[in-house]
Amino acid sequence: MAEIKVDCRGDTCPVPLIETRKALRKAQAGDIVEVVGTHPSSKKEIPMAVKALGLELLDTLEENGVWTIRIRK
Amino acid sequence: MAEKATIIAHSGDMDKLYSALIVANGALAMGMEASIFFTFWGLQRLKKGGLEKGPLSKMHMLGLGKWMVKRKMKKAKVASLDKLLQEFRELGGKILACDMTMEIMGIKREDLRDDLISDYCGVGTYIQEARGSAITLFI
Repeated sequence: MAEIKVDCRGDTCPVPLIETRKALRKAQAGDIVEVVGTHPSSKKEIPMAVKALGLELLDTLEENGVWTIRIRK
Repeated sequence: MAEKATIIAHSGDMDKLYSALIVANGALAMGMEASIFFTFWGLQRLKKGGLEKGPLSKMHMLGLGKWMVKRKMKKAKVASLDKLLQEFRELGGKILACDMTMEIMGIKREDLRDDLISDYCGVGTYIQEARGSAITLFI
């Protein structure tokens, strides 16, 4: 199982969502996708997309305006 | 079957095209299917080199307003229209080109970004896409 990292720091709507979706499409079942970003709304919306896609949200962390979201496909 | 978003891009204004592409990409990112039907002034933007040529729908001011907005967008790292279109296609979105507009405006296939266009069609195809869609927008 691989761990895929997506860096969206500095990107704004809708790039973090798009990059997350692209990484999730490429991932194999069981892989972990880790997205790092700074766009505030994406921190709320990526988990919404994860739910809509029926995938597992592992955790969401935030430190100094930089959030990290981990998703299992 | 996945839920679907179907958008008519009628306007060729730059800001409205941004709205259409952001919504369409958002739909794909959140697990929906999406298609955009380009017609009238919207179809002009699919001409080779035409994507960024649209005016602002408000405060265009002979191009000054557009220049200012583009500068702010660049500073905020907003993706270009070209990037949003490429991402839309990569995520499986469909671009439909209105063949009636092509006929009345004298646009040929070779004038358009054929690499991005999934199909050339009429209203029947749009209705087939829209009738099963959870989201339909006219922009």
